[in-house]
Amino acid sequence: MTVEKIHTENMFLRYGTKLALKDISIQIPEKKVTAFIGPSGCGKSTFLRSLNRMNDLIDGVTIEGNIFIDDINIYDKNIDVVTLRKKVGMVFQKSNPFAKSIYENVAYGPRINGLKDKKQLDEIVETALKNAAIWDEVKDRLGDSAMGLSGGQQQRLCIARTLAVNPEIVLMDEPASALDPLSTSKIEELIVQLKENYTIVIVTHNMQQAARISDMTAFFYLGELIEYDKTKKIFTNPDKKQTEDYITGRFG
Amino acid sequence: MIKSFKNNIKGILIEGLTLSSALLIIAIIVVMIAVIVIGGKNQISWEFLTSFPEDGMTKGGIFPAIYGTALLVIIMSVAAVPFGTITAIYLTEYANENAIIAKVIRFAVRTLAVIPSIIYGLFGLGFFIKFVGVQMDNTFMGGQLKWGQPNILWASLTMALLTLPVVIVSVEEALKTVPKDLRAASLALGATKWQTIWKVVIPGSISGIMTGTILAVSRGAGEVAPILFTGVAYYVATLPSSLSDQFMVLGYHIYVMSTQSANVDQTLPIQFGTTLVLLALTFILNISAIILRYRIRKKKTN
Repeated sequence: MTVEKIHTENMFLRYGTKLALKDISIQIPEKKVTAFIGPSGCGKSTFLRSLNRMNDLIDGVTIEGNIFIDDINIYDKNIDVVTLRKKVGMVFQKSNPFAKSIYENVAYGPRINGLKDKKQLDEIVETALKNAAIWDEVKDRLGDSAMGLSGGQQQRLCIARTLAVNPEIVLMDEPASALDPLSTSKIEELIVQLKENYTIVIVTHNMQQAARISDMTAFFYLGELIEYDKTKKIFTNPDKKQTEDYITGRFG
Repeated sequence: MIKSFKNNIKGILIEGLTLSSALLIIAIIVVMIAVIVIGGKNQISWEFLTSFPEDGMTKGGIFPAIYGTALLVIIMSVAAVPFGTITAIYLTEYANENAIIAKVIRFAVRTLAVIPSIIYGLFGLGFFIKFVGVQMDNTFMGGQLKWGQPNILWASLTMALLTLPVVIVSVEEALKTVPKDLRAASLALGATKWQTIWKVVIPGSISGIMTGTILAVSRGAGEVAPILFTGVAYYVATLPSSLSDQFMVLGYHIYVMSTQSANVDQTLPIQFGTTLVLLALTFILNISAIILRYRIRKKKTN
């Protein structure tokens, strides 16, 4: 039994006058991993960034249609973007830790929410780092600068930082594309573990990755959602020829 | 394909000419510094730095001028740095690059930067002393003259206006060095725009903000024109103890000693000594700004 977490209805997105997303309607299930695949510039990252309204930061972006999270229209006038982003966390393509200590990176979210109690913060930081599978590597040097970590560790730290805010949904924009194979497999394992408690939406260029870790896969092409189904179905028996061509490597 | 003798000579001549004009610059600086150092070095002593002028300023030290210069740049910084930083934050973080208001502000900042410093002095006299000061006297002092005359407060505020463009531009540059990714990370964690600025952008650019402050201070420490009408004194027997007091300044002291002194030849060592102190002060400030900037660049490339 799957519960729907996010759904969009006839969503269009424009950069100025350029149409970047055309008529996207999709239902994303709760506590599953949903992967967005497609060639560069197909709109998958743009769509991902619409789900926590990070596109608001870009001038000239306009959105038509509706995006619902837990049946609440997140583009409604009364929606507080700050609260939305606490519920819908995001991990970026390039790891972007703050130039602060490992501890302070993870404590950042709880702190801006007004949490001051040292003991509670310690607990949150420890739990978040454990959930992001990086605790054992950093527990003895929480006070060290996060900039001293390797790329893979930095990315897991960024995941921990996102988890510390206790989101329900975690959006990931090609989180492993800049990492070596070992770090990538660690991130992939982590994503599969995380779906126990979180709804994960991941953009990836790596088809094997989507096949390995996701439950649902959406194929985007030229701003359109071409096909969306169970990952197994998409990778073994897609309905559309374009999807088949893409996953078999005939283009893209 | 063989180089002609004529072209060869021409090339050498042109290179020689450009090189010698470049060398001339070095020569000017070396001579200038050498003259000041040689002339002033024997004058510098603990006593010279810490005592008051004596015998109609023909003997003694320059402590009031050092003190006045320090106080001037401190009050000036207290006014210019927060004001300039806030303006820079508006321009980089809030204003839309293409909005009319941002363009007007940038134009105003550039214009402020090219206004001759004596104009600032006249503006300070007209605005701070004759308008604000006189109004304050009428309102709070029952018309008694206290604020409607030159003093260290008005001089510092006038100087703050002069250094404002330096502060704004360097703080803007510093804020821009903070990667967009970090702002996005903070916002994605549910931070408000202000929390992001306060906890990520400003801490990430604090050394750049410091550099801007130091550059502004070093510019202010050397300027005389803006404070001529607004607060600097030929001689005061006591150190300024209130914002409404007049004060002495190194730059103006040099001018006074070399043109207004009873005996210019006799005060020559003092002139050299004062010049050396002023030069050393601005050098130290500029070098610390360069070091800070170097350290930021190093941090950025890591």
